[in-house]
Amino acid sequence: MEYLNIIFQESYKILFLLVPVLVSVAMIVWLDRRVWAFVQKRQGPNVVGPFGLLQSLADALKYIFKEIIIPASSNKVIFILAPIITMTLALIAWAVIPFGVEQVLADINVGILYIFAVSSLSVYGIIMGGWASNSKYPFLGAIRSAAQMVSYEVSIGIIIINVLLCVGSLNLNDIVVAQKEMWFVIPLFPMFVIFFISALAETNRPPFDLPEAEAELVAGYQTEYSGMMYAMFWLGEYANILLMCALGSILFLGGWLSPIDLYPFNLIPGALWLIFKILFLFILFALVKAIVPRYRYDQLMRLGWKIFLPLSLTYVVLTASYLFYFNLLPTI
Amino acid sequence: MKISRFFKTILMTDFISGLFIAVKELFKSKKTINYPFEKGKISPRYRGEHALRRYPNGEERCIACKLCEAVCPAQAITIESAERADGSRKTTRYDIDMMKCIYCGLCEESCPVDAIVQGPNFEFSTETREELYYTKEKLLDNGDRWENVLAANIKSDNPYR
Repeated sequence: MEYLNIIFQESYKILFLLVPVLVSVAMIVWLDRRVWAFVQKRQGPNVVGPFGLLQSLADALKYIFKEIIIPASSNKVIFILAPIITMTLALIAWAVIPFGVEQVLADINVGILYIFAVSSLSVYGIIMGGWASNSKYPFLGAIRSAAQMVSYEVSIGIIIINVLLCVGSLNLNDIVVAQKEMWFVIPLFPMFVIFFISALAETNRPPFDLPEAEAELVAGYQTEYSGMMYAMFWLGEYANILLMCALGSILFLGGWLSPIDLYPFNLIPGALWLIFKILFLFILFALVKAIVPRYRYDQLMRLGWKIFLPLSLTYVVLTASYLFYFNLLPTI
Repeated sequence: MKISRFFKTILMTDFISGLFIAVKELFKSKKTINYPFEKGKISPRYRGEHALRRYPNGEERCIACKLCEAVCPAQAITIESAERADGSRKTTRYDIDMMKCIYCGLCEESCPVDAIVQGPNFEFSTETREELYYTKEKLLDNGDRWENVLAANIKSDNPYR
């Protein structure tokens, strides 16, 4: 009986986190399309609901009623598993994102490591989807995607080391609290820029949307998918983007801390500040989508391995020596 | 690599100026309209859906001269005619295959009595092909429905004909 009680309580908590995340994913898709349209002086989706806010729900409804086509030559089990894995991995990472001092589902001591591990795993969903489709464009898209995500994961990992050097803890709440005096975006600004660009590559956003480059690969690893399975890939992708925005705001923009620790700003709950910061980063994501052309594949690899990796490694050395010389290393 | 180019790349000046332009454009007025609720202006000469017009007394204008059938480059028009009881020549059949039609407007130009005209309506898509084989009844019905607009359009375009 006690177990049941615990299970019930936990699933209640999980629902309380998952439902807002899924709803905000739907809203964020709308925001993305709308910002993109506004930059191009178009109207964007504005018919379904107020300002077209329910557009994503209408789309989801459409996807639900569409037929799921499974290619005859595909590996069916893996083909069906791939979108499920992508979406699940994108959602479970949210368990450790802190929305306040106590407002976190799983306050584990290796939070950042957990997020890093889960977001690295998400490449499996894509490569499984591409391989199981048994068709050339999905396969090429999946290979590209795997190579791209692996290369940019490296620089993201080293950027995270920069932050961890300043904090001395892997707990996400500790990282946020460590920024009470000064957000890490100020001392680590170059790292923030590189993190932002790497996050674009990590989530397959333009200018790094090579895996789904329409002109070359039809739709990349999603080519053979239809109906709800396609929608799950798409949900997972946007949940990943949101996760990257959340990670960026926790690592560099002070998470749930208010920008100034003064009277009127203190009243706004921390969760709201985090949401504002995520939104700010996401609007940047959307603007970048509207203004940049797509990178060529070799340019993408060069940027990742020859520029970002040495730059972030140099910065690790700089940060470490600065902290060591001025005796600022955090005590554990 | 030039030193100025190096700094331009490192500081991403092009990217940041692009970002500022994007933000500026974000707040400018939109160039597109809310199509189904808002429609753009259409010229009086617009060549849309066909219509057969009538005289104010209800008599069909068409005299079955078959000029439109002859001039139609897509051969979309089929006309059959017969003498009516009062001795006038009228069409018994006037079909337009709207899928063959290329909307060139030659039928309208060739018509000596302004009977066949192309109106401003462009929203006549259908779900089956059969519905796009327009018959005389359908065309006359179109003429009755759009008569006010058609007459006004012809009048306003008259000085340039």
